[in-house]
Amino acid sequence: MMRLPPFRYRAPRTVGDAALWLAESPGDTMLVAGGTDLLPNMKRRQQTPRTLIALRGIAELCAITTGGGVGAPGEPSASGESPSPRSGRVGIRIGAGVTLSALVRNEEIRATLPALWQAALQVATPHLRNMGTLGGNLCLDTRCTYYDQSHEWRKAIDFCMKKDGRTCWVATSSPRCLAVSSTDTAPALQALGARVRLVSAAGVREVSVADLYENDGMQYLTRRADEILTEVIVPDTSGWRSTYWKLRRRGSFDFPVASVAAAARLDGDGRVEAVRLVAGAVASRPLSAPKAEALLVGERLTDERIAAAAQAVYEVAKPMDNTDFELVWRKKMVTALATYALRELRGDDTSAVRLRLARQVL
Amino acid sequence: MSAVIGKPRRRVDGRAKVTGQTRFADDLILPRMLHCKLLRSSVPHARIVRIDTAKAAAHPGVHLVLTGDAFPVAYGVLPVSHDEHALCRDKVRFVGDPVAAVIARDEATAAAAVDLIEVEYETLRTLAAPDDSLAHPEPRIHEYGDTGNVHKAVSLQFGDVDAAISGADHVFDDVFFFEGNTHLPIEQHATVAAKDGDGKLVVWSSTQTPHYLHRSLAKALQMPAAHIRVMATPNGGGFGGKSDPFNHEVVVAKAALMLDRPVKICLTREEVFYCHRGRHPVLMRFRTGVTRDGKITGVDLQTLLDGGAYGSYGVASTFYTGALQTVTYDIPTYRFRGCRVFTNKPPCGPKRGHGTPQGRFGQEVQLDKIAERLQVDPADLRLNIIAPPDSLTANYLRIGTIGLAECIRTVVASSGWKDTFRRLPLGRGVGLACSSYLSGAGLPINWNDLPHSGVQLKLDRSGGVTAFCGATEIGQGSDDVLVASVAEVLGIEPFDIRAVTGDTDLTPVDLGSYSSRVTLMMGNAAIEAATRARDLLARAVSRKLEVPVERLTFRDRRVFDRDDPGRGVTFQEAVCMAEAEFGTIGTTGSYTPPKSPAKFKGGGVGPSPTYSYTAAIVEVEVDPDTGWLVVPKIWIAHDIGRSLNPTLVRGQVEGGVYMGLGEALMEEQAFRRLPPRLSNALVHKFPSMLEYKSPTFLEMPEVHTDLIESMDPAGPFGAKEVGQGPLLPIMPALANAVYDAVGVRIDEIPITPEKVLKALQSKAAGKPARVGPASFPENVPWPDALLVTPPWEGGDGRASNEPVKKSKRKAEAGVEATAGVRR
Repeated sequence: MMRLPPFRYRAPRTVGDAALWLAESPGDTMLVAGGTDLLPNMKRRQQTPRTLIALRGIAELCAITTGGGVGAPGEPSASGESPSPRSGRVGIRIGAGVTLSALVRNEEIRATLPALWQAALQVATPHLRNMGTLGGNLCLDTRCTYYDQSHEWRKAIDFCMKKDGRTCWVATSSPRCLAVSSTDTAPALQALGARVRLVSAAGVREVSVADLYENDGMQYLTRRADEILTEVIVPDTSGWRSTYWKLRRRGSFDFPVASVAAAARLDGDGRVEAVRLVAGAVASRPLSAPKAEALLVGERLTDERIAAAAQAVYEVAKPMDNTDFELVWRKKMVTALATYALRELRGDDTSAVRLRLARQVL
Repeated sequence: MSAVIGKPRRRVDGRAKVTGQTRFADDLILPRMLHCKLLRSSVPHARIVRIDTAKAAAHPGVHLVLTGDAFPVAYGVLPVSHDEHALCRDKVRFVGDPVAAVIARDEATAAAAVDLIEVEYETLRTLAAPDDSLAHPEPRIHEYGDTGNVHKAVSLQFGDVDAAISGADHVFDDVFFFEGNTHLPIEQHATVAAKDGDGKLVVWSSTQTPHYLHRSLAKALQMPAAHIRVMATPNGGGFGGKSDPFNHEVVVAKAALMLDRPVKICLTREEVFYCHRGRHPVLMRFRTGVTRDGKITGVDLQTLLDGGAYGSYGVASTFYTGALQTVTYDIPTYRFRGCRVFTNKPPCGPKRGHGTPQGRFGQEVQLDKIAERLQVDPADLRLNIIAPPDSLTANYLRIGTIGLAECIRTVVASSGWKDTFRRLPLGRGVGLACSSYLSGAGLPINWNDLPHSGVQLKLDRSGGVTAFCGATEIGQGSDDVLVASVAEVLGIEPFDIRAVTGDTDLTPVDLGSYSSRVTLMMGNAAIEAATRARDLLARAVSRKLEVPVERLTFRDRRVFDRDDPGRGVTFQEAVCMAEAEFGTIGTTGSYTPPKSPAKFKGGGVGPSPTYSYTAAIVEVEVDPDTGWLVVPKIWIAHDIGRSLNPTLVRGQVEGGVYMGLGEALMEEQAFRRLPPRLSNALVHKFPSMLEYKSPTFLEMPEVHTDLIESMDPAGPFGAKEVGQGPLLPIMPALANAVYDAVGVRIDEIPITPEKVLKALQSKAAGKPARVGPASFPENVPWPDALLVTPPWEGGDGRASNEPVKKSKRKAEAGVEATAGVRR
């Protein structure tokens, strides 16, 4: 079998200890929670940290709390900017160490944050969701069929830019790594206007999920190496509808190769008051679609409007030939996913389409 | 009436499997055991200039480092392709070809030492695909083969096919492509080797073919076979991927002998992709003449196989792409040309269906096109052309019973075909296809007159029976067939019998679990052995009870007078009586297939004691906007001859459907090549179970299975094969269903949403509503055809233009090899 390289394992009981230990040597230390992403990567020598700091023993990371009162949710602008923390009320706080299974079992999340619930439910397999955490899925390493390979394989094709080489084999003239953001929960949380809390020995800060990512397959997180993502803060979403649509070959196991998360608030007349559309797995980060959002605000979700918006989401997608499926078809599927998502928000019964695409009704 | 046969039962090895007690090769741990890791080539095609193992040998915990120098003798499963060395000697032929081995105290140490081995390569041109290999005879991947990088090209003609096609009312000319795919057994290959107390070699391995491994070890290690004991551990799935003798098996055997310590190797999943021996990618062209009433006048078939880097079973695979078309449908004239080329990729070989699914796909899709042109129902078209039972085909294959018509009528009825075909709304469709398959190859790989399967029984005063046979339990249920056959004859319960199988020291030779041969051949051998034992018991009981032998019945663990059932003895008493009278009771049975009437070179591939038949209907839902496709239901009927244990038979049918659906929808043994100006690299695109896409339970549709019992006199209790045949119709039935749903032809496998959408867009633009290969290459160096006159034109099974050389007979034997795989 493939074996892990040697490493030092440290298991703090508090976030404070974890942050202090991480600060000792952030350059060659990594955080591990469920290990479902990192440990296979280490077996393939994609990452070889000297020290792992395990977060799974930290009880304070495993809470789901409802709080912050009721009232108007954070008012997002049509351009997709996140609300400032002061303008919105907190709906739900989810510890980064909450497993995806625990998230899926939570009835309040299911009822109030369908996009997040649907995204979490479609991550990998039940076994992996039992181990994998929300924080881990947000920090998931970007993926690429030239990169997610054993050391021997990467040697045989000559190493790529992301690990041990200089060239991006996906596009040999590319100045940056084109590995794909493959997290399901990030597009959903970005559409829901969520924020994350980052804790280091130096202090605490909050950033929006949208600001957590950069469109670079190597530097895909704005999290500093000494920071720990401890919590996800979702604003009060009363009055909001949301959904997540995922493309993958099979109804289980597979990472997304395209996805669309959508959240909207409609008035009593069915007009869109506010909306966010985010495309996942078609770049090195989740991509907002501000033009699509602008096409919808103030409008009813007619078939024509939905088609126009879906086309605008399609235009932001930049898939490359480094995942399953042909890239041209993948890009085209973004249109379909956006259409399904907006129809679902309109109130259509999309369960038959969902069953065919996801193999489950959700 | 049967007591055991035909009743659905829990398989005899089921309890051990579900309670985790089955010991697979990787479960074996022996005292003082060492571990082996292989260094594999990182380049696709190169001469080995230098290997420096000094650092690895000096690494703490390393006991031995081996290179190709330790393995001067070549081996291979077919006598005509002994082209493998356990470790590469002078050149490497694909990324993954083993170059050196490290044996160390544990696996991690061995892996660390492997990294210390330095290899200097002189790279050679990468031959990535058949067009490369046809265009570049040099550099040769092997120094043998027909020409350049053509491993084998064959040409056979039965009757005046050109006249038959040109004189037909319609001529159909279609090109198809079937992408390669791999077996994906859940268990990775593993082997443990040790030197026994008396100095002999013992090898435990996850192999489907302990007999061939036994022979290959004897040859590669240059030691007497009698000093080697091979034990096939239960396989966690084989599907053909464990039927070659493998380099890792030879390496650990050699190391155990040198070190006098047990040595183990367990491959990673990536390495299993490099072992491969899976489905050949095949490009094919079918020219078929048809009369206006739907009869075939002649078929002219060309196939081009991408063989990968070694011979494996490839010569047999090549013949199989063209062998079995004639046992399904009445084809009065036939020409088959097949060519296998070497490429710098993991070697292809036998995967479930061995060589036949590719040609079957082309033929069944073409029949769908023919039915549409002639405006007949595809089911009726096929019913009109089924090959006649008890007949000899144009290529001299002897057909026994044929349950195909009943299979077709059954699926047509169960699926409601007459109400759905061409009647469903846009986006929904149904497709039909049929197939046939061998129940074991009629000729052995190593040509000889010896039995293909032997069974030995030991009965003693305990009343217990032990059945010994070289057959290998690879998950398909062969142990169950063995004990059920013996139990039926002796009138005892399967649980009363212990099966000892797959052990070359203890068990009589059975050629292995491939070619769908075990139930028929081992079953017949078991019946013979059990009948001989029953005769001994009957003679003893007859004397004691003073009842004539012919009135004695063996049933319910008793031997009794059929006219006076109260008069009898227990089975145990009967054994004691026989043992007292005749001494220790041991009997044997063996099975040799009937001789084939085919006498031409190449005629050894295709003959079988009997053929199974299958018909399947696949329903599909296609989204015309995206091409996304879903299979909600499959109806299948299989001519099993006789169902020995319906539980196992249904399991095999559904497993075949599952595997076929994976090939139809998504599985691809695909490769990555960088721009040649930048790199020679050629690597497997995704050697992992995550990215090599194979269906999960969620993709598996409802399967409605009907078993058709044709009671074939050649089979044990009338049984035929089921391990491979039911896979074959699934791929073409899906293609035909897609056409019914959205009116586009996908003339290649797999049928993916991208291809469906591409075809729909092409159709919308007024271009051909098709995705598939455009043409068959013109530069294949076909040899002159061997001309064989069909039986009905007075032929004698020989080629009229083939020189008859008695001494050549033996040299050709290897070509008359055969395989196929059952789960």
